[in-house]
Amino acid sequence: MILVYLIAILLTGAFLAWIAGIWSPLWSRIISIVSLSLDLLLILTIVSQPVLPGNKWIVDINLEWIPQFGISMHLALDGLSLLLLILTFFLGIISVIISWKEINSKVGFFHFNLLLILAGIIGVFLSLDLFLFYFFWELMLVPMYFLIGIWGHENRTAASNKFFLYTQASGLLMFISILALYFVHGHSTGSYTFDYIQLLGTKMSKSTGLIIMSGFLAAFLVKLPVVPLHNWLPDAHTEAPTAGSLILAALLLKTGAYGLLRFIVPLFPSAAVTFAPIGMLLGVIGILYGAKLAFAQTDFKRLVAYTSVSHMGFVILGVFSFNEIAYQGVVMQMIAHGISTGALFILVGQLYERIHTRDLNRMGGLWGKAPVMGAMGLIFSMASLGLPGLGNFIAELLILIGAFKASIVMSCLACLGLIAATIYSLRIVQKVFLGNKNYDWDINDLNVREKIVTALLVIVIVGLGLFPKPVFNIARPALLKTLNEQREKSIQDQGISKNENPEKNISFFQISKLYFKH
Amino acid sequence: MTVTDFLSLAPLIIIAIAPVVIMIVISVTRNYKVVYGFSILSLLTAFASIFFIVPAIPHSIEPLFVIDIYSLFFLGIIIFSALLVTLLSYDYIKQLDGVREEYYIILFTSTLGASLLAVANHFILFFLGIETLSISLYILIAFQRSKDSSIEAGIKYLILASVSSAFLLFGMALIYTALGTMQFNGIVSALGESGQLSTLVISGFAMMMVGIGFKLALVPFHMWTPDVYQGAPAPVTAYIATVSKGAVMAVLIRFFFNIRGFDNRSLLIVISGIAILSMFIGNLLAIRQKNIKRLLAYSSIANMGYLIIILLTGSNKGIQASVFYLISYIITTIGAFGVITLLSTCKYEAEKIEDYKGLFWKRPWVAIVFTLSLLSLAGIPLTAGFVAKFYLIFEGMKAGLMVLIISMIINSVIGLYYYLRVITAMFSPANETELPAISLIGNITLCLITISILILGVYPGWLIDIIMKFVNL
Repeated sequence: MILVYLIAILLTGAFLAWIAGIWSPLWSRIISIVSLSLDLLLILTIVSQPVLPGNKWIVDINLEWIPQFGISMHLALDGLSLLLLILTFFLGIISVIISWKEINSKVGFFHFNLLLILAGIIGVFLSLDLFLFYFFWELMLVPMYFLIGIWGHENRTAASNKFFLYTQASGLLMFISILALYFVHGHSTGSYTFDYIQLLGTKMSKSTGLIIMSGFLAAFLVKLPVVPLHNWLPDAHTEAPTAGSLILAALLLKTGAYGLLRFIVPLFPSAAVTFAPIGMLLGVIGILYGAKLAFAQTDFKRLVAYTSVSHMGFVILGVFSFNEIAYQGVVMQMIAHGISTGALFILVGQLYERIHTRDLNRMGGLWGKAPVMGAMGLIFSMASLGLPGLGNFIAELLILIGAFKASIVMSCLACLGLIAATIYSLRIVQKVFLGNKNYDWDINDLNVREKIVTALLVIVIVGLGLFPKPVFNIARPALLKTLNEQREKSIQDQGISKNENPEKNISFFQISKLYFKH
Repeated sequence: MTVTDFLSLAPLIIIAIAPVVIMIVISVTRNYKVVYGFSILSLLTAFASIFFIVPAIPHSIEPLFVIDIYSLFFLGIIIFSALLVTLLSYDYIKQLDGVREEYYIILFTSTLGASLLAVANHFILFFLGIETLSISLYILIAFQRSKDSSIEAGIKYLILASVSSAFLLFGMALIYTALGTMQFNGIVSALGESGQLSTLVISGFAMMMVGIGFKLALVPFHMWTPDVYQGAPAPVTAYIATVSKGAVMAVLIRFFFNIRGFDNRSLLIVISGIAILSMFIGNLLAIRQKNIKRLLAYSSIANMGYLIIILLTGSNKGIQASVFYLISYIITTIGAFGVITLLSTCKYEAEKIEDYKGLFWKRPWVAIVFTLSLLSLAGIPLTAGFVAKFYLIFEGMKAGLMVLIISMIINSVIGLYYYLRVITAMFSPANETELPAISLIGNITLCLITISILILGVYPGWLIDIIMKFVNL
């Protein structure tokens, strides 16, 4: 039941925060923080539980919902979802804190939407029923639409509409695919169900698999986003309020990555292999193109938004490499990107509160005025470029090693992305904090609240960089399960010889040992 | 006629007696509240009486009526929607000068016509029902005699509806000529003997399709919809969009399944064509509308396009899906028009999108209901419309109607675009316009609608259960 409680707490919190907001904005903020902290504590009790070997899911609950169609309320938690849940609650609390001063109007409704988005996101991370998954997938949209559309910057209306239409259209394609999968499974086995576990073994011809998979891919690749479908992202990120950008970049994009890992790979093992070269190519294009666009921006927020495109390119590159090292890297990238890009958005927000512009050409030389802010900016820019010792480095390194085994060319091309990342990240530091003063801003340094928030994020990103092992340990069973299922089935489907034997791969732990020695 | 016959017609009889009583009351004294209370009470009694006749069914009164679970279900839907519209009409009609009480009389006669359609098993009753409904609607549409647009809409509807009725009647006559029967189930046996459809029968069906297409506002018989929706008083628009369409849908489904129309290829092609055209034209024309009533008119055209897909499935499951869709559509539409009704006065109809600018900050509660209704029309989760659309797509895919389902998906995205425009307007900064106060009855009705939309959206299992158990043809 704990999983249901997690969602229920957020939903109740959402309504309470709204109602409380009528009388006092402060209470609305407090209720949001309390309900998120409660969820965080609940989820941490699960982490401390010993994980039984052989038990596939750490927590698993299956309730009836619409039995007529074989729809159930099936929620389950494994290592992957556990990590993402912790990230969600952590960043949820952060986003309430950073909105403390920024959001002054309609505070109650703001927190209602915020908590509702988070409820939708954790619903996505927990659903094991495809209908339920789609339900939560869509549930995230409406409150996010309001968040951008009401509290956003100048072009908020256009940006929020674009965001909604892109995601809704791709979501509907996924919906058709879900139904198609349901009927294919029903015809072949006679049991009509949306349950993920039962659908896992669905047998279908290669072309059917590809067609159905493309619907899922549409939804996930738009969310991720992958380059030709990324158009909504810069607008939505730029126009959203800081908390909105934080949630979009750090959490909403991760639902796309999660979908790839949880649904595409296990449900369509052989179709995914067929798609892999294209997927990796899209990843590389995303990495390089995103980096190039990021470099060309003059709007600070837009720049950070494009770095997301670049970083998410690594995720898709890793997902379609089909090996454990790459997958560990993908999980690490999801978390580390959430923290580092989230932090950069927070920084943009803090700057905007002070100087009311996001134009890089009007900034410069701010280090002298706000040294703490400058230092923070430096740390997160370094994280973004993949400096060793910070979480992103491990993530990107592992993905590149994993991808190297799958495709040497792609991996080498993706490595160029690291150079590009260095260029745009250093440009941030140089344009904003160092360099000439283009304008004589009179600004204060970070206050205590802001210092606490950024310090927390710094601790996490450094922690991930120096002690990544707990993350690997939690994610490992889930990732191995995904990979084994994928391997077994694609072997069954295509009669591929077992040349991709897991034992032959360099052991993941060897790699991690290597890393720690140096 | 036996006692059982009378008993099984109880809801219709109550609805027929109520306007007579109101007329007598009016001739004694004009008291708006009394008439209003009595109307609500009669509709509630009629609704309750449906449950009492369940043991007596299936019962048919030869040759006109058939009272089975299907017709009772639709009777329930019709009376319930009429009840919702009546509930919403209170403030709006109260502000009119001159005659007001008559509104409820005509509301009853039109509901009677609609109910006749639900129990019809014969062309005569079909035609009687449609005419009773239409003639009452002319009056209702033009009820605000002081307003030009209202009169214009009334006359437009009068002329076009008469023409379409003529088509319908001619079609019936042709089929009667060819087959010698006017009973729905008689037609199927007469068809079965001949096997091949004669030209006469096919042209008969085509003519009838024109008549029905007009009432459902399907493309290419949709021209009247935006003007009439815009000109009619808001509660009447709600009535046309829900009760009138629901009743015609009831008779269409029964007729179509009785004659096994889905076995006929040419009919299938025609209906697919109409469905796809209605979706696309309805949605595309809605995009550029600045008037919410017109926008909803076009959206209703598209929605009816979605709904008639179900005729092509040719299965009981399909009918069940359409019943669920209809229920959700009716509740949602009444919700949307309910908000328009409550924000309008007889002097000023709140129908421009600008009128809704900043509504959320001025009247959060009303804006939420409107937002929910629009999201439900767009088919976003948590709302009834989502489950309804899912059910429809589900049955459509099961029947292998991929082309129709894909055009429905494309249209859902187009639809979303214009619903979002209205929602965006509601959440944008407020302007300084005065809004009328909303009475308790209005608030209760909105509350009822909101709860229904959410319950059907989150926990629809029970209703699907009921529908699956009872709605069978």
